[in-house]
Amino acid sequence: MILRYTFQRLLMLIPVSFSISVVIFMIVYLLPGDPIDNLLRVGSSAEDRAELVARYGLDRSLVVQYFVWIGNMFQGEFGQAIVLRRPVADLIAQNLPYSLTLGGLAFLFSSTVGMALGTVSAIVRHPVLDRFMRGFILLGSTVPGFWLALLLILLFSVNLGWFPVSGAGGWQSLVLPVLTIGFGGVALVARVTRVALLDAQREDFVTLLHAKGLSSGTILFRHLMPHALLPVVTILALRIGWILGGAVTVEFVFGRPGLGSLLIRALGQRDYPVVQACLLMLALAVMLGTLIGDVAQASMDPRIREKKS
Amino acid sequence: MKVSSMAIRSLDAFARMSIGRALSSGIGMVAGGFLILLVLVAVFAPLIAPFDYADQNLMNANAAPGWPHVLGTDEFGRDVLSRVIYGARTSLSVSATAIAISMAAGMTLGAAAGYFGGFFERAVMTVVDLTWSFPDILIALIFVAIIGPGLTSTTFAIAIAYLAQFTRLTRAQIVRLKRETFIEATINLGAKPSHILLKHLMPNAMAPVIVVGMLAIGDGIVLEATLGFFGLGAQPPTPSWGAMMSSGTAQLFLSPWVIIFPGVAVAITVIAVNLFGDELIRSLDIRDRLRGA
Repeated sequence: MILRYTFQRLLMLIPVSFSISVVIFMIVYLLPGDPIDNLLRVGSSAEDRAELVARYGLDRSLVVQYFVWIGNMFQGEFGQAIVLRRPVADLIAQNLPYSLTLGGLAFLFSSTVGMALGTVSAIVRHPVLDRFMRGFILLGSTVPGFWLALLLILLFSVNLGWFPVSGAGGWQSLVLPVLTIGFGGVALVARVTRVALLDAQREDFVTLLHAKGLSSGTILFRHLMPHALLPVVTILALRIGWILGGAVTVEFVFGRPGLGSLLIRALGQRDYPVVQACLLMLALAVMLGTLIGDVAQASMDPRIREKKS
Repeated sequence: MKVSSMAIRSLDAFARMSIGRALSSGIGMVAGGFLILLVLVAVFAPLIAPFDYADQNLMNANAAPGWPHVLGTDEFGRDVLSRVIYGARTSLSVSATAIAISMAAGMTLGAAAGYFGGFFERAVMTVVDLTWSFPDILIALIFVAIIGPGLTSTTFAIAIAYLAQFTRLTRAQIVRLKRETFIEATINLGAKPSHILLKHLMPNAMAPVIVVGMLAIGDGIVLEATLGFFGLGAQPPTPSWGAMMSSGTAQLFLSPWVIIFPGVAVAITVIAVNLFGDELIRSLDIRDRLRGA
């Protein structure tokens, strides 16, 4: 059953990824500048230019170029970076692990800490704690990520010297980036967990469980938690894309290698093969993240499977 | 009565009622008051700013906050306070313009999709759902990749990034309203689609869209600052909160105030927008209608 649902969702990804790849492919053709101009040395002849145009296949029709391009992409042939003069695949392979580590850790951080905070605030329900949580959630969802990153660098790296300012040395260099990306996520997950738990507590079956004489701990972890998990998983699945978006910003601020910093550097240098490959990878990651989230949700709630299939 | 004046009249009533009520609560008053003040500061920047935003004084570069430079100076000796004040102009105008474009386009698309349905609706909603799952920064970056860095592309990038939100919300409102009896009655009386849409559906669908637009201005300010920070938004010497922080990172050790104060400006503004938006939602009692989309 769940396999069938997964398969259906995978099929739905085909038109979506097709449209996205067309948009990303078209970027090069909608641009005002001509990347070939960057390659030509001053004083090159028209033949030099024509040769370069032919080498990058720019003389064929758009449709042909698209299919050649997407075919290459599927084989991992991302072409040659124009400014960096290296295979784009190498650049991606070099940078991707950094983004995955950062994104994965930030996801773990925001889900575990967020759920723990949300659970505590649902159980304790103290007005002061509530107020603190509300303020925290407001800050977490409004403060720009890069500014938070800069403040953390100022406090912990410049003034206290606990963590390195930038780079990707050891685990120390991961602490501040993960905190920065996780901050907004923690606030959001905490709020959703809290609301879900409070809603679940009002259900009749909880009264019954109390009447049966079960301890509050058992009720919370065995019965309430699974019940409250669904909205949390939903929000976490939506969060995957946002964590990747956050990673783009945060990598740049901390000077970490990664897809995001590669993308922003390439955008500044108008290095379009790199821009296209980075955007495609990020888009793919967002789609896969959403897919995983949907499947996780469907495996927990049969109603979702029924509705969509 | 003409359709447009109808819409404007109900909008007017909306503004008077809801903004007045939102301002009457404590938090709403503080947040709303701050926003009004900020708009005034942005409009009258040349009168308020103690220095010119582009005046360089290399002899007095990276000066700590004090007198006469209350918030210090940056690496070119430019007055940070003046640049923050002028930056409010850039941030507010870019974000507000972008959201206005986004709202207009989103409402048109959403209303048409919700009202006419069929293939058109499916096509629009497929595209909208496609962009919906992507983080706004990624959509904005794709757009900047296409038309190049600058404030114009920033404006359109922000508009595109939030288009899905307005389209979805408007469509949800229209679909919900279409089932109401008064609309059915109007249809049965033989009213033209344009009349139904503009005179009956849109005025009733507007409130939640406007509130979300209000909240989106806050997101737009953050997005503008982020793009500016990447060097893809406002180009020097135009003062923008994001671009200021970007040039400040090089002097992080020397003059942290160059990044602290523009950031404080962004943070306070966005928090005020959110608090005021929440207050609007409460005073209009439309929380349920926002959840539907």
